[in-house]
This record gives sequence, structure tokens and C-alpha cells, in this order.
Amino acid sequence: MAEQSLRKAPLGGFHGGSAAAHVTAAGPATRLSLRAGADAVPALSKALGLDLPTKPKTSASLNGRHALWLGPDEWLVIDESGADLTALAAKAAVLHSAVDISHRNTAVLVAGTKAAEAIASGSPHDLSPKVFPVGACARTVLGKIEVVIFRTGEQEYRVECWRSFAPYAFALLAEGAEDAGL
Amino acid sequence: MLLIHCPYCEEERSELEFRHGGDAHIARPTNIADISDEEFEEFFFLRDNPKGLIFERWRHVHGCGRFFNAARDTVSDKFYASYKAGEPKPDLPGISPATEKTVETYEATEGTAK
Amino acid sequence: MSGANRIAGQGRLTPARTARFSFDGKSYEALEGDTVASALLANGVHLVGRSFKYHRPRGIVSAGPEEPNALIDVARDAARRQPNVRATVQEVFDGMKATSQNRWPSLSFDVGGFNNLLSPFFAAGFYYKTFMWPKAAWEKVYEPFIRRAAGLGTAPTEDDPDHYANRYATCDVLVVGAGVAGLSAALAAAATGARVILCDEQAEVGGALHYDRSVTIDGKDGFAWAQAAAARLAAMENVTVLTRTTAFGYYNHNFVGLVERVTDHIARPDRKAPRERLWQVRAKRVILATGAIERHMVFGNNDRPGIMLASAARTYLNHFGVAVGRKVAIYTANDSAYEAAFDLKRAGVQIAAIVDSRAKPGDAVLNEARNHGIEVLTGHSVIDTKGHRRVSSIIVMRNGGGGKRTITVDALLTSAGWTPSVHLFSQSRGKVAYNAETGQFLPGTYAQDCLSVGACNGTGGLQATIEEALAAGELMARATGNDGGEKVHLHGENAFEWTGGMAGAAEGAGADTNVKAFIDFQNDVCAKDIRLAVREGMHSIEHIKRFTTNGMATDQGKLSNLHGLAIAAETLGREIPKVGLTTFRAPYTPVTFGTIINHSRGDLFDPARKTPMHAWEAAHGAVFEDVGNWKRAWYYPRAGETMHEAVDRECRTVREVAGVFDASTLGKIEVVGPDAAAFLNLMYTNAWDTLKPGRCRYGIMLREDGFVYDDGVVGRIAEDRFHVTTTTGGAPRVMNHMEDYLQTEFPHLKVWLTSTTEQWAVIAVQGPKAREIIAPLVEGIDVSNEAFPHMSVREGKICGVPTRLFRMSFTGEAGFEVNVLADYGQAVWEAIWARAEVLGACAYGTETMHVLRAEKGYIIVGQDTDGTVTPYDAGLAWAVSKKKTDFVGIRGLKRPDLVKEGRKQLVGLKTKDPKVVLEEGAQIVADPNQPVPMKMIGHVTSAYWSENCGHSIAFALVEGGQGRMGQTLYVPMPDRTIAVEVTDMVFIDKEGVRLNG
Repeated sequence: MAEQSLRKAPLGGFHGGSAAAHVTAAGPATRLSLRAGADAVPALSKALGLDLPTKPKTSASLNGRHALWLGPDEWLVIDESGADLTALAAKAAVLHSAVDISHRNTAVLVAGTKAAEAIASGSPHDLSPKVFPVGACARTVLGKIEVVIFRTGEQEYRVECWRSFAPYAFALLAEGAEDAGL
Repeated sequence: MLLIHCPYCEEERSELEFRHGGDAHIARPTNIADISDEEFEEFFFLRDNPKGLIFERWRHVHGCGRFFNAARDTVSDKFYASYKAGEPKPDLPGISPATEKTVETYEATEGTAK
Repeated sequence: MSGANRIAGQGRLTPARTARFSFDGKSYEALEGDTVASALLANGVHLVGRSFKYHRPRGIVSAGPEEPNALIDVARDAARRQPNVRATVQEVFDGMKATSQNRWPSLSFDVGGFNNLLSPFFAAGFYYKTFMWPKAAWEKVYEPFIRRAAGLGTAPTEDDPDHYANRYATCDVLVVGAGVAGLSAALAAAATGARVILCDEQAEVGGALHYDRSVTIDGKDGFAWAQAAAARLAAMENVTVLTRTTAFGYYNHNFVGLVERVTDHIARPDRKAPRERLWQVRAKRVILATGAIERHMVFGNNDRPGIMLASAARTYLNHFGVAVGRKVAIYTANDSAYEAAFDLKRAGVQIAAIVDSRAKPGDAVLNEARNHGIEVLTGHSVIDTKGHRRVSSIIVMRNGGGGKRTITVDALLTSAGWTPSVHLFSQSRGKVAYNAETGQFLPGTYAQDCLSVGACNGTGGLQATIEEALAAGELMARATGNDGGEKVHLHGENAFEWTGGMAGAAEGAGADTNVKAFIDFQNDVCAKDIRLAVREGMHSIEHIKRFTTNGMATDQGKLSNLHGLAIAAETLGREIPKVGLTTFRAPYTPVTFGTIINHSRGDLFDPARKTPMHAWEAAHGAVFEDVGNWKRAWYYPRAGETMHEAVDRECRTVREVAGVFDASTLGKIEVVGPDAAAFLNLMYTNAWDTLKPGRCRYGIMLREDGFVYDDGVVGRIAEDRFHVTTTTGGAPRVMNHMEDYLQTEFPHLKVWLTSTTEQWAVIAVQGPKAREIIAPLVEGIDVSNEAFPHMSVREGKICGVPTRLFRMSFTGEAGFEVNVLADYGQAVWEAIWARAEVLGACAYGTETMHVLRAEKGYIIVGQDTDGTVTPYDAGLAWAVSKKKTDFVGIRGLKRPDLVKEGRKQLVGLKTKDPKVVLEEGAQIVADPNQPVPMKMIGHVTSAYWSENCGHSIAFALVEGGQGRMGQTLYVPMPDRTIAVEVTDMVFIDKEGVRLNG
């Protein structure tokens, strides 16, 4: 696409951290801030092709598309293949708010045996497996900024933040990863 | 640093994720444009600042984003309950509301220093 | 042998592993694992510092963090230097440079020692009495003198090159202290499967086992058992063992701060490693096993080097292999000190005598002393000591009087008993209770989910401690829902149970006001000072503390508090608990600033928010200003231009041609839902249901009290969708304000709010040629004035990417705000710039934006308003709906104070001399000749040179301002008074011809 050549990602090519916790910039993705009441969940789930989670801190994933519970009427929907989520949501003829935030957010990926410790350098959120298993997600704080932490694997986390905070998030996670790797 | 139970996230989270929102259960009058100066003063300006039990608002601003209410002891910082916005004050057996008598003045506590 | 006083076969250090360090320039050999204190003692160095007030020679008192005397300056290199390090805690590393403090010119000859002779003038409270008169002397004499004398050590002047780390951690059970009690508790808790963190401030676990060699646990030597237990715990997946880690603060809801010293003991640390790591631990349960601190005896001249705590001498012998003297006496009120004599005697040290102030010591220790052939003087006291830089003899007398006997010694070990370390318990807001039988303050009422075990709980006896700790560990772990594992059993044996102890002045402290019987070594507080304080009317322990400075030194009275309290109680004739204990506050021991700020320095001090066009702006010479966390292009100076010249050029160019401006930082909120208009009706003073899709409106947001909170342009994208903008700084609080009302007051409204501030890059193109610049780039939108009038919004494409194109203006010129998805911001900016440059337009920054908006009379909320300004005061009455029956602030606006005459109102000001630019914040008066203090009737809120007007312009808040048009007012400045004329706020294009062109 011609327009892709005009894109400039906020964290293009960043990578750092340590052997025990790699920190890299996630690729571009489409994202939706989805807001709706409980009665709209079935129709929106159908439109988006995955069951919107209704339990706190849980997510649903299918083929690179993820729906993260952020609040009782709020989901962060991420599609790593770049599908037009706004158009998909619009198909659901139920009351909801779908706002494209693909460019508002970006993500830092933290992976490795000490990934959780790297994040714990800045976040008070308890990432221990009992309360934060694979698939768990939560909006919380990292140092002085707000982030959404999404556990994508046993040793893999996706840290979503607003674009202008991304260099800060990246640098803090990289410093935390270095310390966690000692 | 406090640990606060969010009734929407159904777990305790660090105070860092929250913002305090002042006294709870103070409803904005639906006829606010018509109330008297005294009623407006009471609604908007006057607060008790109790020593002991208080019902207060919190927002899980860096979490689920919801406003909710909590019952807390302002001396010990112990939370007795937290509950969703719009729900009535919970029963707190054995917890008595703060009164003027529970307020310790400096003179009372430091009286022996005279 | 590293040091003449190192005794072969004693201690746990390896003789072959040596390290060299210097103290006051002299090189010494130490062993790996030595503290500076143990290494100095091994080398026969007892004099290590000078006291704060009297500059008396001082030696090492303790072997732990309670040390009041041995404060040294430790340097790795010029920048890595730290004052006030306790020599008893700091481990030696090869190449360390240590120096003594608070002495000049040298430690052994200190001019300040003169203070000792003047000590009658330095009595308690002398600060408050001496520096009173004459008043004029304060500034010239007293304050400089106090400033020179104040403080211990000197702070490094270079930036700290080290870095510091932070780790948040959660656990089921946090165990503080890894002595017998802590290890037992941790073993029992860990066995259940609970997540356990065990921390200890020393380099190795063991606590009292460092010195108490008589202990065996499960048949093993106590210290060896402790190391094995810690290793076993560390190997468990659910356990974290942290040594060299001090729990310094116990805060609300079981939040405990730990500081881990990572590299301070290493000669050549890994540069990647942080110097220290802060652990912010949230524990479901806390077990405090913090032990007890031995107190010294209070008697005349008890501060000479060579006089130290009995347990410290045992630590130096049994752990470090160092004899603190060759002829040692003991002065005690407590059994435990006897064991120091036994250990030293076994190691070949001569014990001169044990002086016990009690008539009846414990039988077991007494018999053992006899077996060792040690002379025990029961019912005796040491009443004085001799010796210049080290104790050389003690003077002993039978209690109640009698002949004095001088005993030659080179060290004196004292023990008045043990003070349970209730610091953390007390910080947790637990209430201590006084146990009159043992003379100890012990944990009484708990305020948090926490238990104290072992010596800090007043528990005596080894097996009792073990069993209490095991039970606590298991109980606390099970309380957190962990019920696995097998019960842990441990069996401990030791030589003696201890009895005895006293607090306050011993016989040798004398009623005499000349006797210096020290309680607080570091601050030079003696028993007589406490008595004087009471005599002078201080009856509260809090007052006594501040009057005498007892317990206010860096050691925070770990040794002195109980003594001070006991003497105060005795003098007052009250019981100890009636006098009360001063409050224990965090930190337990000093914490470096580096650790407290940890990652928050340099680039991580604060997030630096940059817009998608930042790189272009930087490359084109923009100077940036901070607006909140944002870096905004301020102005774009060309070669040789001053800021003033650049701004004048930018201002001119925008009005004559056009300008391009990065407005990305404006807050943006997408308001979506069928009740979106109804919601905005409540949030803003204006009406929104009448706004048609595709149109925009300027909105004013109030607080409930009627004052202006924020403003911005709102565009209606669709019936159920609005694009709201806020001020740059107001974005988060406006969002919170709106969410608050939506969730708690108007939850019936079907509408949702989403922050889109960073979804969009915003490029403002303003000026007569703005349309010409963007027109060829835009697809699907008719940008003609007729099709796209001022205050409109359209969706379409620009440069092939989606845009929300606004026709709006914050300059007074016809203008556009191009919203594009942020990743495309720079590319679209560059395309717009390419056209703008050709047409003679410029890029402009926030300074020009400020000037242009002021020329047009547009206010900036937060600059021209200050939280006390209503829309009427700001001249924005037109934006307040008269028809609506409700909006936030509608009632507040009717408050008597807000409707009365004479309120401060925003007006324009023109200086009589057009070249003079007023200062923002300057005060305004009506009559410059009135006497001082003048009545100030307002102040300047904005002031600029307006190149386009050819004169300066300003806004001001002035009492009854709107009724003063044409009046002359005055702005008194330090060097002159400036006359101004009150004018309308719009300085250009009052008719709006340019705006709508």
C-alpha cells in the first residue's frame, strides 16, 4: 500500500534489554477502544469473531486478534494483521462505541526468563502466575505512565502504552531488563 | 502506600492505580439551578472531615477506570468495604460512625506536655 | 596475619583472602568479609572519629547498624564517595579509601576538641539560649557559625555516576531478619508453598549467631546451620532470600521498603549492576524477626575509644577473629555480657574483671566465671575511666560508696541489657506496651497483618524463640491460603539463659553536673542533660528529646532512647510508660537518595512526550519549550535571529502569507453515543444539540463552583459522535472530570468517552494562503469558503491518508487544522511544508501562537484565567446558554460573590508608550501616587510585543474592568511606573474579515 510508506512508527526498530529479558518494539497493529454494555457483548463478539471476555483481567485471542478486558464496559481489541476493526464492529447493530486507537497506542514486547522481573522494575502489578496467568491483562502503571500489560506467553508480555510515552516505557523496561538479567 | 480493593476488578491493587475522589454519597441535586445559596453551600462546600469512619469515592483511574465508593478509617487507613458507584452504604457491623467526640484535639493528646 | 589483633583459629574469615584499604591515608590489610570496623580493630585502631558537639575522641561501640560513633567517609573514586557510613556495616573492598570525619586538622589532634573544655557553655538547649542576643549578630556571627559546625561529613560535589534499581514485589509472607527466629519462620512458611521473601541487613544470615558460638541447632553449629538453612530456602522456587538488604520502612497495608546494597562491598563491580536496589514489597503477611540491640552502661567518661558493647566484642572475636583488647574488663547489669568474657578468655585474652552492678547475677554465669577464674565484682560499678585516645584504666567502686579501685585495661565491654527492635513494628502503627518485669517496650497492639517473633518480641530462650517463629511462619503462611508441605521441627541448644538488664544512669553517672555519662554518643547527650531539661520545664519526652537532641542523630537513638527515657522518668518521679516513648519513624537506617529515586533520573526522570513531527521540527532548528511533559516547538530561529526577531517574523508571515503549526498536543476526546449531545450540554455552558454534524463550536467548561475549568473547540462528526478538544495541559483532568460526571451523576446517559489525543497528529495551517497550501493535497473535501466555512469539520483524505479536517482558527486568520493518524503526521507535515515553503509561509511555534491569539483577543485558560474567573469575567457571556436548565456550574454562577459588582474582569491593555511590553503578573493600580501599600486592582495575565499591531498588547484582570474602557491605569515596577489604557481585548480584525476569508 502506498500509504504504508508514509507511516512512521513511534518506536521503529527499538530493541534492548538483556539475555534474560529481551525488550523490542511491537509491529504495527490495528486497535479499537470498544465500549458497550453487557447486552451488546454477544453481537459484538460475533462481529469481531471472538468472545469478548467479561471477567476482570481476562482476554480472548484468535489468529492474532485479541480482546482484552479493561473495565466492565471496556475492551482493548488488537489485531496484529491489521484488519479494519472499526468496520467489523460497525456490523454489530447494537449500542456501542468503537473508537480507532491504532495510532494512539503502541506496544513494547518483553520476553525471557526474567521478563516479569523486568516489568516489575516499574509496575506494582502482581505478575505471579497464580494471579496473572497466560492471557491475563490489566491496565496499570509503569513508572510514571499508564500501560496495559498483556501476558501473551509463559515468559512473554505485551506492554501497550500511548505513543508519546513509548520511548519512556521502552527505556524503563530496557533498564529493568538489564537489572533483572544480572 | 494503600492497597485498595476495586469492586469492578474484584481484587486489591496498589494505590498508584487510583485517584481519590472526595466524600461519597453526596448527590448533585437534580434541580441544582433552583436550590438556595445555603443548599448549594451544603452540597458543594461543606464536608465533615471525620476522624474515623468515612465513606469516600475513589477512581481506579489507571485500572478499569471506574469510580467506586469505599468505607475507610481515616486514622488507621483500614478499608472496611468497597462497593460500586450507585450502591447504598454497606452495613458495617461493629463499626460506629465518626462523631465529634472521636476527634482528638492537639490539646487533648498533648495535654501532658503542659 | 592481617592485623596484630587477629587471633589465629578464631573467626570465620579466610586468612588467605586479603584486601587492602586505607584509613586517613594509612594503608591497612583486611580480610574479605571484614567490615571497616573489624579491620581497623584487627589493626589496633580504636580511635575512629570525633563526636559532634565536643569533638571527643571516639571509638567503635557496636558491630552493627546501631553504631553511633564510627561514622566514616568511604570513597571508591572522586565521584563515588559517601559520608556518614557506619564502619560497622560497611564491608571492606580492595582499594577502598576511608577517612574519618568531624575533625581538623587530624583525627588525633583536633582543634574542635577545644569545645570539650568549653562544654559548660554547651549544655542542653544551648542552641536556644546562646544565639539570642544581640539580634544583629544572628546574620553575621551565629548563623555562619552554626552552618559551619552543623552537619556531619561533607557531601560529594560531583554527580553520582552510579545507577540504582527498583523492583516491585508481592509475596505471601515477608520475613524481616534472618537470625534464628527469622530463618525458622521462613522455613515454616516456605514449607507450605507460600511465596516468601526473607531479608537480612547483614552480608550473611545468622543474626545473633554471628557472635553466639554456643548455639547448636539440630546438632549443627548455629552459624553453619543458618547458612545451610538460607541456602535451602534460596533454592526453593517460592522463596527469595535477600542479604545486605535492610527493611527500612513499614508503611500502610503491609507495604515494606527494602534497600539491597548490591555493589558497595565489591572491589570492581559490574558496571551494569546497580549500586543499590529498592524493593517495594507488598506482603500479605509480615513476620518481624528484627532481634534486639544491646544497650551500653551509662557512667562517667563511658565514651572513650576501647569501650564497646559486650556483644560487639563477641562478634569481632567469633566472626572476624579479632580481639578488641588484650586486657579486657566487663561492666554489666546483665548476664549476656559474661559470655563475652568466657569467649575472650578461651581465645587467650586476659579478663581483668567482671564488674556487675547487680548484687545477684544469674547463678549459671557466675559459676562459669568462677570456673574460668575470672574475678567478678558484684554490686559494683565503674564510675570513671582514664585514657586519652583509648581507655587505659577504669575506676571501680562498690555501689553506695566505699574505696575506689583502679584497674588497668585496654578495653571495657559493657551491657545494660537488650532493647527489642520494635522500630518496624512501631512504624506499622502498632502500639508498644511496656513490660515492667523485663523493662522492655514490646509489641502490644498490632495494626497490620504482622507478627513479631524472637528477641524483638521479648521472647527469651533459644527453643522458645524457635518454636514461636515456626508457629508464626506456619500460621501466617496458612492465613494466605497455603496449606501444603510438612510441619518443620527444629531443636536448638545453647549455653546460658540470660537474665537482668537496666535502663538509665548507673551509679557511675553521678548526680554531679560535671560528670559526662553519655547516653547519646553521636549528639553528645549525657545523663545530666536529661536532668537539666526536666529541671528547665521539659516534661514531655518529645520536648526533652528536642531540647537535648537525644536520639536525633543519624542512629536515631537506637542505643540512647531507652536510657534517656529512664532518666527522664526518674527525674520526673514517674513510671517509664507514663513518660512515653518517642515515635519511631522510617527509615530504620539512612537510605540514599539514589535508591529512593532509583530509575527516575536522566531520560527516565520524567517522560518527554514528543509529537509525531518532533524530528522534523528539531531538524529545522526549532527551540522547544516544556508544556507539561510535552516538548513543543517554541520558535524557529533562522541563522543570526534572536528569539524576539524570530517571533516577529513568524507573526508577520502568518498574517501576510501563512504559517504551519504543530497542534498535536491538544487534548482530544471522542464522545460517542446517542446521548452524546445531551452529555455535552451538561458538561459545557453552550448548547450542543443545535450543532449540526460537520460543524464546530467553541465550548467553555466550568466546575460546579462556576469558574472556568477548560475550553476548546468541539466538532460534531455525526449525530452520535463528537470530536472534543481540550487544552494541552488540561487533557487528563478534563477526561477525569467528564468521566466523573458521566459515571456518578449522569449514568443514565448512553455515551462513552475515549481519549484520542495521541491518535491524531494535528497540523494547523493558518493565514491568507492556508487554503492554497492544503487544497491540492486534500481529496474528497471541498475546501472552498462557501462549502467549508469557518467552524466546520469534514472527513476525507489528505496525501492519500484519512483526515479529519477542521476549518478553525486560533490566530484570527482563515485556517485549517489537519488531523491525520499519528503515524502519518510527519509525512503529511512534510507534504504541507513543501507547499508552504514555496508560497513563502513559515513554520511557527507556540510563542507566535500565543501572540497571534492575543492579537485576536482569544484567551488561554490557565494563563488568563486562574480558577477564580467566570465566563462573564472573561468576557465570554456569549458562550453561556441562557436557555439550558442545567449544566455543570449553572448554580455556581449564581453565587452572590460571582454576580456582585466590581469583580475582576479580563480587559485589554495598551501601554501609553507603545514600545513598552508589560510583565505578566505585574500588579495594576488606579492611582500611582497613593501611599504604599497601594491598593492593587488587578494584574497582567498576558503581555507581548505585537509586530502586526506595531505596539505592545496585554490582557489583564482588573476590578470592574469592563466598565473602565478608556481609563488610564498604572503598573508600578521597581524602576518606573508604566501608564496603560484599558481597551477591548481584540486588537486586530474586530469584524472577523480575515477569519472568514
